[in-house]
Amino acid sequence: MITDDAIREIAAAHIGVAGALTPVLVALNRRFGHVPPAAEQIVADVLNLSRADVAGAISFYSDFRTRPPGAVVVQICRSEACQAAGGDALAAHAETQLGCAFGETSGDGAATLDAVYCFGNCALAPAAAVNGRLLGRTSMTLLDAAIADAGALPE
Amino acid sequence: MTRVYVPKDSGARSVGADAVAAAFEAAGAEVVRTGSRGLYWLEPMAEIETADGRMAFGPLAGADAASVLAGNSARGLGPVRDLPALRAQTRKLFARIGEIDPLDYGAYRAHGGEAGLRAALALSPGEVIEAIAASGLRGRGGAGFPTGIKWRTVAEAAGPEKFIVCNADEGDSGTFADRMLMEGDPFLLLEGMAIAAHAVGAAKGFIYLRSEYPDAEAALIAAIQAAPFVGGTWEGLRFDVELRIGAGAYICGEETALLESLEGKRGMARAKPPLPAIAGFMGAPTVVNNVLTLAATATILAEGPAAHAALGAGRSKGTMPFQLSGNVRRPGLYEMPFGLTLRTLVEGFGGGTATGRPVRAVQVGGPLGAYFPNALLDTPLDYEAFAAAGGMLGHGGVVVFDDTVDLARQARFAFAFCAHESCGKCTPCRIGAQRGVETIDRIVAGNDRARQRETLDDLLEVMRDGSLCALGGLTPVPVESALKWFPEDFEKEAAR
Repeated sequence: MITDDAIREIAAAHIGVAGALTPVLVALNRRFGHVPPAAEQIVADVLNLSRADVAGAISFYSDFRTRPPGAVVVQICRSEACQAAGGDALAAHAETQLGCAFGETSGDGAATLDAVYCFGNCALAPAAAVNGRLLGRTSMTLLDAAIADAGALPE
Repeated sequence: MTRVYVPKDSGARSVGADAVAAAFEAAGAEVVRTGSRGLYWLEPMAEIETADGRMAFGPLAGADAASVLAGNSARGLGPVRDLPALRAQTRKLFARIGEIDPLDYGAYRAHGGEAGLRAALALSPGEVIEAIAASGLRGRGGAGFPTGIKWRTVAEAAGPEKFIVCNADEGDSGTFADRMLMEGDPFLLLEGMAIAAHAVGAAKGFIYLRSEYPDAEAALIAAIQAAPFVGGTWEGLRFDVELRIGAGAYICGEETALLESLEGKRGMARAKPPLPAIAGFMGAPTVVNNVLTLAATATILAEGPAAHAALGAGRSKGTMPFQLSGNVRRPGLYEMPFGLTLRTLVEGFGGGTATGRPVRAVQVGGPLGAYFPNALLDTPLDYEAFAAAGGMLGHGGVVVFDDTVDLARQARFAFAFCAHESCGKCTPCRIGAQRGVETIDRIVAGNDRARQRETLDDLLEVMRDGSLCALGGLTPVPVESALKWFPEDFEKEAAR
């Protein structure tokens, strides 16, 4: 449950920590799957920062979503080593299968498709992840199976 | 009970190592999870303990476990020590990875761990710095700055408090050595950080780890808990380590942006001077070093600097864990002294392309590295030779492309990636990268080509000379290499 108190508790746990804003936002994003809009003011208050500071940090980092993702999060690596191993075709396939572009959530909310710039799995390219589970040597079939396992492949 | 070693390296897991481990356990074997040997075309691998040493098998699926244990597997590779790909390497940093459970501190010590730190603590801080300087160690993150000089600067800087920051934001495509080491031998990294702390007079260290490495995060959390020399006082050294996680920003691999992020801000690059060595984390003198650099200091102190300085070529001393990937038959981690040629790595170790088609381009050094054509494959893998050839060795990542690659598309990606990851502080990078994408698009579309090429040249000069940091400053490198070595890709008849 996303409550102001839950947000406040996470922020308060980092009071006195040097550079606390970054780990607070990471903790919120991990806990709720996104950084809730209410967090901007609450975190600013707890850490004694300006709201602009907090908003600025949230908007800077790619990991921080401001809305909950779909039920399944599909990430595809779009970097060079994966490109060399067919990553672009895999990416195009993912867009078709999920019915949404990179950076978007499918219309039915079933899946969110994100670009990642390197998982460090370059030697097993193309790399992808479904709900955080890393895949290597990812064929289109393997990706479809992983997404289906996680429950989001449209009929 | 037969003992079987199966990697829990995230790469090995991504192709089924967990299922293999479970199958061996179900079949009654004692399974020890280790780091990966880095021979990724053979993963998932397993190693069986026998009276004649460890025997290697791979690539395996869970269903293969029974036949491996019965002794009639078709996936046998022979003794681990005889694997050609391993025998040919000079493993210093990666010597222990794949041998032991990375979180077993007793095994770490029994296999040479802690020796570097003990040797360092028997020396004065000044003597430790002398040893690192004598070894010729240069930063392995990409800039190749002499580590001894950096540590000396921090040691001599004024200030009540000093910090060690490990840059574990390995964001370059084609690089995974840091990841492998953090997952496969995290105590070695901590040992190097402790040595640095002793050398410069720091009591606190941070590891800034990219969020895309969750397995490394788990390994480091466990290692920080288990390492006796971290937290509290050990043999007179007081050293604490805190792990901090990034949030998906490539620019936070740049040391000043990393420090900003560590200070709880947007990861925006700072002007230098002042150097982080003088004013780094919270204005205090700070050592910022790459994972491999810190790990290397432990092996150097254990073996003595002369052993390190004796390996390598020219001013590139020691070994580098080169990371080979992309369209290549034998992708993996190849630790070698500097000086072997790119051809030896790509064709000798790597076996050429995975598709069997000709190698057309090799990008070395990550997204900000040059695309080398076949004509440059005999370039020795050392910092100076690569710079002289218009390239950059960087963190040692080598990505192979076959002849289906379109270098105009790669050049466009170089600009697009820069635009996506730009911190936004300086105009040449923030705006220039976007303009670069548009200019490449016009060239490819055949739109006013000659003039667009002039604009492009001008833009590249502005970015190279006017950017605040290496992101904008080096984005011209891959673009220029594409234009120089693969001009035909920019001169094609435009599609109608």
